[in-house]
Amino acid sequence: MIPWVEGTVLVLFFLLPVVLDDFWVLFFTRVLILGLLALSFDLVWGYAGILSLGQALFFGMAGYSCALLATELGITSILILLPTAALVGLTVALVLAAMVILGKRVPTTVFVALGTLTGSYVVERLARGWSYVGGQNGIPSLPRLTLGQHEITEGRVYYYLALAILTAIYLALRWLVRSQFGLVLAGIREQETRMPFLGYKVQNYKGVVFALAGLIAGVSGGLYAFHEGYVGPGQLGPVLSTQVVLYVLFGGVGTLIGAIIGVLTIDLFSFHLSEQWETGWPIVLGLLLLAVVTLRPTGVIGIFVSERERVGSFGKPDLSDSRAEVSGNEPGKP
Amino acid sequence: MILLRVQGVRKVYATLTALDGVDLTVMKNSFHGLIGPNGSGKSTLLKCIAGAEFANQGSVTFAGRDITRATPAARSRAGMSLKFQITSVLPSLSVYDNILLALQAQEVMGTLALSRSRGRLHGRVIDLLAQFSLFEKRHDLAGSLSHGQQQWLEIAMAISRDPALLLLDEPTAGMSRQERHVTGELLIPIKQRCSVLIVEHDVDFIKDICDTLTVLDQGAVVESGTTQHVQNSERVREAYLTHV
Repeated sequence: MIPWVEGTVLVLFFLLPVVLDDFWVLFFTRVLILGLLALSFDLVWGYAGILSLGQALFFGMAGYSCALLATELGITSILILLPTAALVGLTVALVLAAMVILGKRVPTTVFVALGTLTGSYVVERLARGWSYVGGQNGIPSLPRLTLGQHEITEGRVYYYLALAILTAIYLALRWLVRSQFGLVLAGIREQETRMPFLGYKVQNYKGVVFALAGLIAGVSGGLYAFHEGYVGPGQLGPVLSTQVVLYVLFGGVGTLIGAIIGVLTIDLFSFHLSEQWETGWPIVLGLLLLAVVTLRPTGVIGIFVSERERVGSFGKPDLSDSRAEVSGNEPGKP
Repeated sequence: MILLRVQGVRKVYATLTALDGVDLTVMKNSFHGLIGPNGSGKSTLLKCIAGAEFANQGSVTFAGRDITRATPAARSRAGMSLKFQITSVLPSLSVYDNILLALQAQEVMGTLALSRSRGRLHGRVIDLLAQFSLFEKRHDLAGSLSHGQQQWLEIAMAISRDPALLLLDEPTAGMSRQERHVTGELLIPIKQRCSVLIVEHDVDFIKDICDTLTVLDQGAVVESGTTQHVQNSERVREAYLTHV
């Protein structure tokens, strides 16, 4: 069922700009970029059991770094800025991982959650007070990204750029979480305390996944900054970090596609609710989120797929039958 | 040849002394039983050996190497394997994937990301499934197995990488008489491949399969020696049998 959902969402996203006006193309571009950020959280929480409440830190740091390169050095090439955003996200995640994950013993979920939340909060406060990066106002009026002599304008071009990057990263993650590496992550998610006794260095696996998620959040932050033409302290802080948690919880944890569906649904709901009820819409949205998370812990995607499919298979699924026939093993009595 | 040597291990939880200077030796390719009344410190000692707990005093030497402060992963990689008292198979994964997960622990991350070792390890997974009567259940979720089958799956996972020392914490806990008998038969062939240290309440089960026994009471060793020697010990009868 999941491949059908994935295919439907991809086709939908591919066709949307054909039928929608410019306003909605900009809206859905933002959805695609935040979908990347949500994917990064789903990877750490849904697959490796790391409750990171600081994904915005990697997002915002990458955005600020690229904004500074563009405004201070005049670099606007996407071929330089996007890899830079990825590298900044990766590096910041590695530094944070060294502090909260890569100890001798496996850290507790609460420790990691508070550590990442604190990191996000501290850096947001620093950005608000540092005039070099614009303080409360952030860095406005960013130039457009360029590819060679061509400007990448907001609208359909930026939309398909974001869709291409999201699709490529999505497919790479899909392949990773269904590999034998994904089996280890499933083991960590299910029985983390058991894994060291099998010989796994759980912290190393968590560190790698955390860094990879930082890289993805960094790409997302870089794209977002140039799409909005602005970076600000809000892109670094706990509010965005927890918003990402809600996206993934609502869509369905540990499925990848659930993260995308979460962003799509919540942002659409938020937009329409805010039009209908200017002041009270967050209450309605909050109640709706609470209802889904409480009544359907597997999120929206849980309506369509079974728990077995949600956990998935690893490596090559058909291999477990073929060798049995070759070896002629029968289920012997001990 | 000595494989495991525990010397003067002491473990204290707040005001409770769980282990008080325990000595234990396990020889290569032998079955060593650890028995004692409830609360005598058997599981704590096993945890100190496996790395789930660190001793406050004393040392643990494995294959000539001091592992007193080593992490559980380091001990596992050195050739030690633990089956927990409470079954801790991965319930949402298939029986096949549980064994594969145990087998692939020594692979590097790159190999795992490319799923390169699955084909190579497949034969070994199938052999273990057949050996533990789990072949027919290979596609089932581990959480759907009976309690006895989950225990066998855990033992299969524990021996999958041919450890030098297998630590079994109450392998027959919660099993029927028939399942206990089958478990004993499953363990006998392992003797040729590795040493086993078993914590067990079922004295009849343990005396049938173990070469040597150590009896603990209130965190201290009461008696240690061959099964015959321990069975005939007056001190054991007083300290252990009267408590059970």
